Amino acid sequence: MSAVQAAVLALQGSVEPHLRSLHASGVDPSEVRKPEHLEEISHLVIPGGESTTLHHLLKLHGLDQLIPDRVRAGSLALMGTCGGAILMGKNPDQFPPRFELIDVEVDRNAYGRQVHSFIGKVEWESGPGPGSGEGVFIRAPRFSKIGDDVNILARKDGEAVAVQQDRCIACCFHPELTSDPRLHRWFLGI
Amino acid sequence: MNDGFQSPLRGAGLSEAHRTRIGLAEMLRGGVIMDVTTAEEAHVAQESGAVAVMALERVPSDIRRDGGVARMSPVEKVEEIQKVCSIPVMAKARIGHFVEAEILESLEVDFIDESEVLTPADHAHHIDKNRFKVPFVCGATNLGEALRRIGEGAAMLRTKGEAGTGDITEAVRHLRAIHSEIRRLTTAPEEEWMTLAKDHGAPYSLVCQVATEGRLPVPNFAAGGIATPADAALAMRLGAEAVFVGSGIFKSKDPLKTAKAIVHATAHFEDATEIANASRDLGEAMPGIDASKLPEAERLQDRGW
Repeated sequence: MSAVQAAVLALQGSVEPHLRSLHASGVDPSEVRKPEHLEEISHLVIPGGESTTLHHLLKLHGLDQLIPDRVRAGSLALMGTCGGAILMGKNPDQFPPRFELIDVEVDRNAYGRQVHSFIGKVEWESGPGPGSGEGVFIRAPRFSKIGDDVNILARKDGEAVAVQQDRCIACCFHPELTSDPRLHRWFLGI
Repeated sequence: MNDGFQSPLRGAGLSEAHRTRIGLAEMLRGGVIMDVTTAEEAHVAQESGAVAVMALERVPSDIRRDGGVARMSPVEKVEEIQKVCSIPVMAKARIGHFVEAEILESLEVDFIDESEVLTPADHAHHIDKNRFKVPFVCGATNLGEALRRIGEGAAMLRTKGEAGTGDITEAVRHLRAIHSEIRRLTTAPEEEWMTLAKDHGAPYSLVCQVATEGRLPVPNFAAGGIATPADAALAMRLGAEAVFVGSGIFKSKDPLKTAKAIVHATAHFEDATEIANASRDLGEAMPGIDASKLPEAERLQDRGW
């Protein structure tokens, strides 16, 4: 396998914390804003931010097609957190349009507005697990449907909050807002 | 750009409530927060890629024109805008008016701006923001003011550029002041920190933190006078982490186009070709007022203590 070249989609959102988590995982990440920045990249993180904003900015340069195409061609591993996780799933006829890379439906703002944001304990059961960790949930999304081929990485109170299918991860909370790089480290190995 | 690797994660060591508040500010980085006064404007903002909206009764340039006492938006106005938005909705409370803030929190707005654009309710004190669950953004013209607001619990700061003028000059001055004062702190030997805290009128613990980490403990955004895509990119280049645009969008000739262009330029703020593309065929920007010609009584940035 060729060397890992990690990057963070740097159009909007918590880019710098993800860069820090990747750095803490032993790589030197770059930033992707345009198609040419994606060329050498093997692992891309789509940060939280607003999924509608990300959609508009991805579309400007065709990254909304290029990123899922690269994943389907097998040359890119992709991790989305919060707003990024929303884009990974499939919700037919909902805005913003999804990448349909993981067989899940992800509902936006499913816990409610900011006053309902919270920090809670999550249990890793596969992937970087087993073990528990801290989950920072900010206006977080929720999985409303999970397909049979989807692997559950972490749960909170029994409910799946991070999933994986092939070389894609969708995580409803913000591992980059903690000093725990386990998920990023594991992502770099898929 | 990525020297952030070296500074610790923001919020480390703070309470869960405070980390949750700062977390939303982190999510808004690189985005554009737009002033809106109706559900239709909120639609346009969301459609253009705004990362949040500020629900207002009047945009700052109209507040400036109309004069009188400017207060919190009517409850039904905030609710009308919340109804059509999936992105975060912010609203303004008067400086020191903690009851307006409590009302906004009960409406579940996502962020409260304790704003000098409204007429201050208290001429000596700000709101004790630590006791709220909802995060606050406050204006700051210099490092001391920034650290006082953070001490009171603000989860985000912004410049206090002269709102409603379309003149970027004051926002630029505030960004430059804060960054140059931070640089000065990071090179000062430890025995000077207490005196610097005294000079800045800032909490000593926060002065120590900034001296050690080399940046503010919460994100700092630009606000006031941003009227064009180039203005937004300039603010980002000077170290703002996102931008607020008030009158600049809905007082321009083509609001949707202007809004999209400012979102585009903010995301690609280091790429002149992209900013040029964003700026093409925009039509007229909002009419401006030279902020340096404002009589003292009309300067909003002097409100706040």
